[in-house]
Amino acid sequence: MSVRMPGAVERYFEQAGRFFQMLWQVFAWTPRPPYDWRELSRQMVKVGVSSVPVVLLTTMFTGMVMALQTFTTLRRFNAESFVGSLVALSMVRELTSVLSGLIVAGRAGSAMGAELGTMRVTEQIDALEVMATDPVHYLVVPRVWASTIMLPLLVVMGNFVGIFGGYLVAVVLMGANPVSYVDRTFQFMTLNDLLSGLVKAAVFGLLLATIGCQQGFYTTGGAEGVGRSTTSAVVVASIAILISDFFLTKLLF
Amino acid sequence: MPEPRPATDSEPKIRIRDLHKSFGPKVVLDGVDIDIAPAEALVIIGGSGTGKSVLLKHIIGLLRPDSGTVRVDGTAVETLGNRQITEFRRKFGMSFQEGALFDSMTVWQNVAFPLQRLKKLSRREIGDRVEECLSMVRLEGTGDKLPSQLSGGMRRRVGFARAVAHQPEILLFDEPTTGLDPVTTALIDEVIVELKERLHTTTVTITHDMESAFRIGDRVAMLYKGKIIAEAPPEEFRRLDDPRVQQFIHGRAEGPLSEEAPRTGARGGAGGPQDPALETSWHKP
Repeated sequence: MSVRMPGAVERYFEQAGRFFQMLWQVFAWTPRPPYDWRELSRQMVKVGVSSVPVVLLTTMFTGMVMALQTFTTLRRFNAESFVGSLVALSMVRELTSVLSGLIVAGRAGSAMGAELGTMRVTEQIDALEVMATDPVHYLVVPRVWASTIMLPLLVVMGNFVGIFGGYLVAVVLMGANPVSYVDRTFQFMTLNDLLSGLVKAAVFGLLLATIGCQQGFYTTGGAEGVGRSTTSAVVVASIAILISDFFLTKLLF
Repeated sequence: MPEPRPATDSEPKIRIRDLHKSFGPKVVLDGVDIDIAPAEALVIIGGSGTGKSVLLKHIIGLLRPDSGTVRVDGTAVETLGNRQITEFRRKFGMSFQEGALFDSMTVWQNVAFPLQRLKKLSRREIGDRVEECLSMVRLEGTGDKLPSQLSGGMRRRVGFARAVAHQPEILLFDEPTTGLDPVTTALIDEVIVELKERLHTTTVTITHDMESAFRIGDRVAMLYKGKIIAEAPPEEFRRLDDPRVQQFIHGRAEGPLSEEAPRTGARGGAGGPQDPALETSWHKP
């Protein structure tokens, strides 16, 4: 008697297998011409530029709330001068990249799932193949690279705004000394802190786009299937971002 | 025009032998044998879910057979690697059920797509060819429209224009008239016949519309339970005394075709857009 894996476990391995298959195909197709620069920049606008407002808003308020929380806590120990360091390091090393990843997964990753899913169920992906065009090369490669390039750029902006948000709250609202706050902000920060945040962001970008495209690419079951793909594009990408964040942090520090 | 005949003597354009395909436990093709002669117009009829689309997708290599062979110009499709299959597909133009137009592109861009991808043409040559193809399907001047602005019948015709743009040797039509009103259906049939006469291509059309089958086919074949159960030129086909053929032609509810419970999933069916088998795409680089 053969042992059958429970459905959920089987599905998990299926998903994981498809993810790595998709990732491998993206890498294998990337160096091959024709290079579709126009599609790449179109996707960069879609993933990156249009996510700027929401990313800035999120990181701004996160920086603000970080300052608010830590200021009241640290004041009990007369250590409120360290709020600047705390806000800056948390944002740069951790929060900006994770939050941006989650937001872009919700905005752009879901859109990729829906778009490719619709193309699958309306046979547009078959049509591409018939016209001697590899759908992974044509559709997935530009999306994955656009997202991998744009996320670190979003994170750079998010870092500035988040730190600025913290400054606003600490200095304007809580009455901290502006000079020492700025001083503390940069006192303990190293280039490594900054870079590790950007590396994380790039990995998150790669993950969320590959997962979004993979979910869409393998859509089955008509309009309902497209809905499922869109949902799981966000859910799977978010989980992947949070889990990989732990291992990246372990690796990078 | 070549005489319609079962092409067994000379080398056929497409030769299918003992083709088997199952999706999980469901047997879809169960030993299909058929030859298609150069410049012949073959129509394959059959009920929903009998594997017509699956058969078509084997011809162009979108699906791989479990066993059996599909030869096009003597080349066994199932043995082709990924690069070869790309080259191989240049021979084909295919029109899909709902048109499958790229909805982010205009009509013009859709028709130009295979030209940009498959041929080395100058911008002007592409422009001329797109106009020519659009006029062939009687859609002059719609180039700037988006697919969403077109009616169902127009979308199919844009799909035809896109399929013929790179001057393929073989044209495949997947249910070209399904879901269209009778007048539009007649128009589509006319366009298909015109294209066939003008381009001298081999065409394979699958449909469950008997009227169109008789209008556009040099030969009609019926697929049932994964096998070709009858094939003949249209006039002869009409008179075949196989009860299954007669039931299908006359669209009767009672008869040998209805003895089994109807399969679920009328639209698409096996090999349709939502078929799990399509997940095993095999265009790995």
